[in-house]
This record gives sequence, structure tokens and C-alpha cells, in this order.
Amino acid sequence: MGVLIGVLLVALALTGLFVGVSDVTPGSLSRGGAGGDAAFLLVASRIPRTLAAVLVGASLGIAGLIMQMLVRNKFVEPGTTGVSEFATLGMLVTMVFLPGLAVVGKMGVAAVFGLFGTWVFLRVVRVVPVRQLVLVPLVGIMLGGVVGAVTTFSAYRLDLLQSLGQWSQGSFATVMQGRYEFLWIAGLMVGIAWFAADRFSVVGLGEEFATNLGLDHRRVVAVGMVVIAVITAAVLVTAGMVPFLGLVVPNVVSLIIGDNVRRAIPWVAGLGAVFVLACDLIARVVRFPYEIPLSVIVGIVGAALFLWLLLRRRSRAH
Amino acid sequence: MIALENVTKRYGRQAVVDDVSITFGGEGVTALIGPNGAGKSTLFGLVGRLLQPDEGRITVDGMDVASTPSSELAKVLAVLRQDNHVAARLTVHDLVEFGRFPHSRGRLTLHDREHIEDAIGYLDLGPYRNRFLDELSGGQRQRAFVAMVLAQDTEYVLLDEPLNNLDLRHMAEIMRLIRRMADELGKRVVVVLHDINFAATYADRIVAMRNGIVMADAPAREVMRPDVLAAVYDTPVDVREIDGKPVALYHG
Repeated sequence: MGVLIGVLLVALALTGLFVGVSDVTPGSLSRGGAGGDAAFLLVASRIPRTLAAVLVGASLGIAGLIMQMLVRNKFVEPGTTGVSEFATLGMLVTMVFLPGLAVVGKMGVAAVFGLFGTWVFLRVVRVVPVRQLVLVPLVGIMLGGVVGAVTTFSAYRLDLLQSLGQWSQGSFATVMQGRYEFLWIAGLMVGIAWFAADRFSVVGLGEEFATNLGLDHRRVVAVGMVVIAVITAAVLVTAGMVPFLGLVVPNVVSLIIGDNVRRAIPWVAGLGAVFVLACDLIARVVRFPYEIPLSVIVGIVGAALFLWLLLRRRSRAH
Repeated sequence: MIALENVTKRYGRQAVVDDVSITFGGEGVTALIGPNGAGKSTLFGLVGRLLQPDEGRITVDGMDVASTPSSELAKVLAVLRQDNHVAARLTVHDLVEFGRFPHSRGRLTLHDREHIEDAIGYLDLGPYRNRFLDELSGGQRQRAFVAMVLAQDTEYVLLDEPLNNLDLRHMAEIMRLIRRMADELGKRVVVVLHDINFAATYADRIVAMRNGIVMADAPAREVMRPDVLAAVYDTPVDVREIDGKPVALYHG
């Protein structure tokens, strides 16, 4: 199974390099040489786009996994907890008050807002009993709805709705060399999550277990919050909103090999990357030579998978 | 020993643990009994540093619980709370492995692995080691949690109502296991129990609480008296001698 994900990952990544309006094939590459058009396109656009898809998929999956451990609920991810909406509000704030800010600055502000959003959510969720499985994401979605409404209303009044939409609509169409590199920061967060994997597993057992095992629960939660917020922000400024991924991928992995974070991380990262690569390919091929937004494809595929997970869970409970 | 000096814990104005001074956790098994709301679980929470006392001082082998690093305490004291709801899909082996966390900090040595194997073997969990916790019966799951605590390799083991939601067979099984842990492995086990006859049969010492106050702290036989138990539970309890053992009758 793990091998299958690896093979799929490589196959999809290679296919992605050679799919597009301009003719880039192994043949045209060898004809044009290192200085040819095909080679230029490959380096400037196709490779960055593929790398971006891999990084987005892997890191969003991890953000979902870590969040599910912190909250001890399988139905949370940045998109169902208001974190993405807070980060988007952060984007709007930079557009209004610091329009000249470099993208890295925008990302920083979005990350700070996302961090605040994670904190708000964790505070609110404390009041909700852990066993109310569906209530937790419901509260998060409502929270996100409120923040999203504030953002949309403000953007509307300030005539920024369109540019906000451009930022937040998930797509890799604009990803090029020089415009995706922030995603390596998200990749770094995946590394941190991997390093601290056992701590996240223990926190996933609950505060009482964590304390009994001598773990500083609050510190691990704080690290997890930073990981989640930075990943959300980095993805938002480069690819926009990519819904459902952080929810679906860790749940599928959980069904296959369980929730031991150290074991799950490579699976979640790999499967997340495969998921985004595949969706991006579909987005580029369906209306060839035009593209449809990635978030549309991800939304459809993700929602279907999510429904399947929900129904499967129900049938197992009986 | 676990020592409490004038410890008070309040929720609002209600003192749940009220100026308690007691030393417990001697060799063998200590049972902590008392009616609902007596403060037993709160006491465990305080000793296990899950709750902070409003007044007083708690020490474990002389180490102040409030100021000793949590990671150090985790090597001498293990606390298993009641109603462990683990949402994560973990295997029995995963869970027992996390019991080694205070020693390994996530990097398992050969020595850690021996402890994990010993704990799994001691609780006869070998056939279930790769099962997920949500695929186990209540009795098996409780054994998995005890195995985790055992792998933690602490001198003191505090178990909060480990018999909750278990049937008769599994209750007896867990109690025998607790006795063996004390006798064979030299653990100092403190266990919260609702069934006073289990306490009388398996514990060396009984601590009885009511309304946040320690009502009795004595060898099991001395607590198993109608007057003492009636005062603790505020209900008539008869105690009869059967085969030389005191048995409480409280069904009438």
C-alpha cells in the first residue's frame, strides 16, 4: 500500500510535468536542449507547479492530522475550524492597510491571524464535551462562517471582493518560479511535525494521559498551533483555499494504519500530495486547453470521499 | 510515600478535598473508598498534578508535586484515570509503547522494548497487540491501559475506578492482577474502588473518604466494621464473617 502511494506520486508528478497547453515532451526537451523553450517552460512553470502541488497536498494533510490530534476529533481541519477564514481576514487586512507588502509579509500576517483563529477555536471547543463528535466541527464551521462573513462584508464595502477572491480561490494556474517558494516553509512545518510526532500522539490521548506521561501538554499544543497556522497561511498565499483535504486524507490513512502520528505522517503527506496532484491534473485536462479552479475539483472529490467516510463510519457503528 | 499536608481543593465555595493530611502508598495495595462526591478522584487528580490544590503541599517520595518537573514525576508515579476515552485509533502495542515515553522521550532503546514486551506479556495481551483499541472488549481495553501504566515502570501506580463498566469476571481478573503487581513486581498500588468487598479481599489498607475528609485510614480488616462503613456511606451496612473474611452486606 505504501509502495502504491509512492509509485502513484512519482507517476502523477511526471505526468503533470508534460501536461499543458505548450508542447513539453521528453522529445521536445531533447530537441531544444538546455536553452530551449521546452526546458525554460519546464523550469519556470511545470516543475514549480508540480512541487507546489506536492507541498500543498503534503502540508495540508499534516495540518489536518495535527489539528485532529490536538482537538481529539476526526472532523476538524483548518477549513472546518475557522482557521482558514481567520487567515483570509488577515489577507484582507494586509490589502487594506499594507497594500505594498511583499508576499512573505502577507503570509506572515495571515499566519498570525490563523494562529489567533486556532486559539479562539481551541478556547471555544473546551466548552464542548469531547464526545460530542459532530458538535465540535459544527462549532468550528459556525465560527468560520462568522469570520468569513465579516471578511466578505468588509471586502465588499472596500471594493476588494474580486482581488480577495483571486487570492483565496484554490488554483495552481499562477504558480511559477519565484511565486511558490513560500511553500517550502510549509514543508519545514511538516518536518517539525515529524520530529515531534510522538508528542502529538500522546497529546491525542488527552491531557490526562499526556500529563501522566510527563509531557508539557500546553507546549505541545502551542507548537501544533504554530504548525497549523503557518501551513494554512503559506498555502493560502500561494494556492488559495483547498477544502476537505486536511479532513479526508488523515481519515483515510487512519482507517488503513491507525493514528500513531509517527507512522501516519509519511502516509498522510504522500496521500495528500497524490490527491492534489491528481486533482490539479483533472483541473487542467477537463476543459483543455482552459483550466478550471483546483478548489472546484478538490471540493467535488473531497466531498464525495468525506460522505463515504461518514456513511462507512455509521455502518460500522451498527 | 505519597504525603498530603493540609491539602484543600475547592470548586467555587465547595471544598471537595477539605484540609486533608494523610500519608499513603505503602507497600502492597491501598484501596480508596467512599461515596460518590467524596473527593476520591479529585485527590487522585491532585496527586497526579492534573489539578492544583488551593492550599497545602503534596509530595511523592519527598518530591514536591508542584515544583518537580513533570517528566521526573512520570518516572515514579503513574496515574490511570477512570473512563479513558481514547479517540485516536491506536493499537495495543502503540499504547503500551507510549507508556515508555517518560524514559524514552520517543526514542525507544532496547531496554524500553524489553519493558514493552514484559508489560504485554504480563497482561496476556500478546494475541491482541496489533488490534486497535476500538476493536477490543471493555476488559481487554482496560488491560491494555494497565499494561501502558506497567510499561511506565513506576514505583507508584494509581488506578481510578479500574473496575468501571466491567462484568464480574473481568472485575475479579483486574483485582487479581493488581494483587500480583504488588506481590510480584513490588508496585505500590493505590486503587479507587466502589465495591468494598473487593477492597476488603484484595487491599492491605483501606482509606475511606467522605465529603472531602478522610474518615478512616487503617488495615482493611479494621475498616470493615458496620459502624465505620455506615458512617462513611451514610447507610446501614452489615458486616458478616464468611470463611474467616469480613463481607459487607448492603443490599437490604
